Amino acid sequence: MDMQNIEKEFAEFKSQLAALEKKTAEDKLSMVVFSGDLDKIIAAFVIATGAVAMGMEAVMFFTFWGTPVLRDAKKSVGGKDTFGKMFGTMLPKGMGQVKLSKMNMGGMGTAMMKSLMKKKNVASLEQFLEMAEELGVRIFVCEMSMDLMGFKREEMIEYKNLTFCGVAKFLEEAAHSKVQLFI
Amino acid sequence: MSDDIKVDKVFDLKGLPCPMPVVKVSKGIKEVEIGQVIEAQSTDPGSLTDFPAWARTSGNEILKTEQDDSDVIKFYIKRNV
Repeated sequence: MDMQNIEKEFAEFKSQLAALEKKTAEDKLSMVVFSGDLDKIIAAFVIATGAVAMGMEAVMFFTFWGTPVLRDAKKSVGGKDTFGKMFGTMLPKGMGQVKLSKMNMGGMGTAMMKSLMKKKNVASLEQFLEMAEELGVRIFVCEMSMDLMGFKREEMIEYKNLTFCGVAKFLEEAAHSKVQLFI
Repeated sequence: MSDDIKVDKVFDLKGLPCPMPVVKVSKGIKEVEIGQVIEAQSTDPGSLTDFPAWARTSGNEILKTEQDDSDVIKFYIKRNV
């Protein structure tokens, strides 16, 4: 086999390798946070921060009922239409207002769970968010949910790695992740 | 306390529940040089499985695990990477 052929084959190998590398799954965790329940969102953050501790990247895609969780309780935004105003009042305004998915018992169950977690040193949702930001967890927020629920970008929390996007952006991350979850 | 292992830094993680012990250790291991050893003290029962899993994925090494009569578990971890 002469030099020219070898070089040609080598170049082919290199481009095949590059194509394969594009398709491999990275040490990354991508999760859809569809739920707006306290217990489920805490689980999502435990897993996301745990993933970073294990050397993985973590991506969280907040959509539907998960979207209101990222509202900033201290911000007020006007200019909403009827549905927007309705959703704005009926849905939780940020992490402080989310409830347990079961045993909420008119708010009592949620309060008991929060106090039990505090007693056992389990981080609160707000503390988890801070930790996630420090660890570089990337948060994506679903534009469609924002639009449906009438939320404006200005009323969402400040977070270092927060991107408003559509499903394709999330799927690009998910397609390259070793772990994909729906919460 | 293990006599034969020289500890370069101690991390008191007592009272911290999942996922804090692994999160703190994964950050903390970078505070020592490669080849040095940290001692992580945890009361989280989950850490008995979490720390070995973390060590395997991160490439670091648990030299020894000690648990006396109290609920404190001591992990002696060597930084390899």
